[in-house]
Amino acid sequence: MSDLLLPPELRYADIIKQRQNEDGSELSILNLGPTHPATHGIFQNILLMDGERIVEGEGTVGYIHRAFEKIAENRPFYQITPLTDRMNYCSSPINNMGWWMTLEKALNIEVPKRVQYLRVIIMELARIADHIICNSVLGVDTGALTGFLYVFQFREKIYEIYEEICGARLTTNMGRIGGFEREWSPAAFRKINEFLEEFPPVWSEFEKLLTRNRIFMDRTINVGPISAERAMSYGFTGPNLRATGVDYDIRVMQPYSSYEDFEFNVPVGKSGDTYDRFCVRNAEVWESISIIKQALAKMPEGPYHADVPDYYLPPKEDVYTTMEALIYHFKIVMGEIPVPVTEVYHPVEGGNGELGFYLITDGSRTPYRLHFRRPCFIYYQAFNEMVKGQMLSDAIATLSSLNVIAGELDA
Amino acid sequence: MALETSDIQNKLVDNFELIVSDFTQQHDIFSFEVDSKSILEVMQFLRDDKTLRFNFLTDVCGIHYPDAELDRQFAVVYHMHNWMDNVRIKIKCFLNGENPEIDSVTSLFLGANWQERETYDFFGIIFKGHPQLKRILNMDEMVSFPMRKEFPLEDGGRTDKDDRFFGRTTDNC
Repeated sequence: MSDLLLPPELRYADIIKQRQNEDGSELSILNLGPTHPATHGIFQNILLMDGERIVEGEGTVGYIHRAFEKIAENRPFYQITPLTDRMNYCSSPINNMGWWMTLEKALNIEVPKRVQYLRVIIMELARIADHIICNSVLGVDTGALTGFLYVFQFREKIYEIYEEICGARLTTNMGRIGGFEREWSPAAFRKINEFLEEFPPVWSEFEKLLTRNRIFMDRTINVGPISAERAMSYGFTGPNLRATGVDYDIRVMQPYSSYEDFEFNVPVGKSGDTYDRFCVRNAEVWESISIIKQALAKMPEGPYHADVPDYYLPPKEDVYTTMEALIYHFKIVMGEIPVPVTEVYHPVEGGNGELGFYLITDGSRTPYRLHFRRPCFIYYQAFNEMVKGQMLSDAIATLSSLNVIAGELDA
Repeated sequence: MALETSDIQNKLVDNFELIVSDFTQQHDIFSFEVDSKSILEVMQFLRDDKTLRFNFLTDVCGIHYPDAELDRQFAVVYHMHNWMDNVRIKIKCFLNGENPEIDSVTSLFLGANWQERETYDFFGIIFKGHPQLKRILNMDEMVSFPMRKEFPLEDGGRTDKDDRFFGRTTDNC
């Protein structure tokens, strides 16, 4: 008989043994997920419970595994961007831009300053969208729906900006090798400026609603803490690591896309608990707003893409009238671009940590191997340790403050 | 003083002369090869040495080279990062194609746990000493290792995706 037909307590007998407390009372097993609304994604946690307290847990992931790394080995380079969209779908432009920058590093392409600034703007907008979701949903999970509904309309505003730039909203598939597919329209800049005007007061109201809220503080302080040493050993990066007090931020450590031109702080927490993660994300939103303002103010003149005819699609009118453009167009669309044999690793600061692309090329039209370093996948393994001994409702708050995105976790 | 790649190389060669080889600078990352039998000691040295201080294991992943000689058909790649001097290195360990085995580094970095499980899941590389080496993203009942090159992406019998007219066959796509 297949193991799958057994009841969970037998099927996972080797994971969690039915045990008794010292006083003889029985422990129970609870299946949290895979499709529980509070897990915000599809992963299962089998928890051994003593009343409402978690004694031990075991996570099962992979429910939406879509074999991205395998698909990537069979697709020309430009067709891999839609795969990156679907990893961290709360901030897909960061994934898109990270992938283009990886390719540009492999192909030794120098990108114009203006493109780098535009990329910074779109990546910071994506980071704001990501943090809006994470923090407002943390509010929902602790019982405050108002803040969520209030700030979520600004996520919609950000999506309208994406729409203006690339036509898509959630899975953006934005950009090309060397730049953007078209010049940003005046409407895009107008919408960004509107957003920068309207969003800050709302965000500070949202902060006021929760940050010093007695109920919220009781529900999050000392909930799901992790020490800096453990977090580093577990491979934490991003806001979750900074909440433990380590100021590791790739935008500062290894500036990409001209991040070195901007002044910003790296907010850190202290105790690594749910409340600190919330505060770090809140503060990062302010830093992101400031970076976008600086980028807009310092925006250089120039083209919106690099001059790389081998990789960048020629204008459509040239394709119909000139031979070279037609050849380039055909080759690029068919994925036949010249690629050196090389290996690159490029990290970007994603919404929830170091998003790395490890690309191995063998000179053919597809990657030989492409590995995504997905921050969620790496830090989610600490979840069981973080919730051990906590209440079930605290586990839910911890999970949503970790900002685990199932799409990124499972790839 | 910043940590130079030559320092890393000299230190490693002094301590592990026959084990480390093939030092190269690939774009912004300093890379080298380590004999797969000694990965645990080399990594411990990289982490605990007073000047090297590679405190963070960024990434673990596998690669399949089916056309290479038998002893080099699999590779496990470790990316390490020294946060104090901000230096990254990449370590490659080549493994036997029929019997890919390497020591687990979970005892040094807790984060290696799931990454090694993932590598096992997709490549069938056995990590000796891993606390719980079982499949993670694929279903437990699966018998093959899908990231190996011989595993086809889709059903080879499909007739609706004929790309021969573009000079493409199932071998070169």
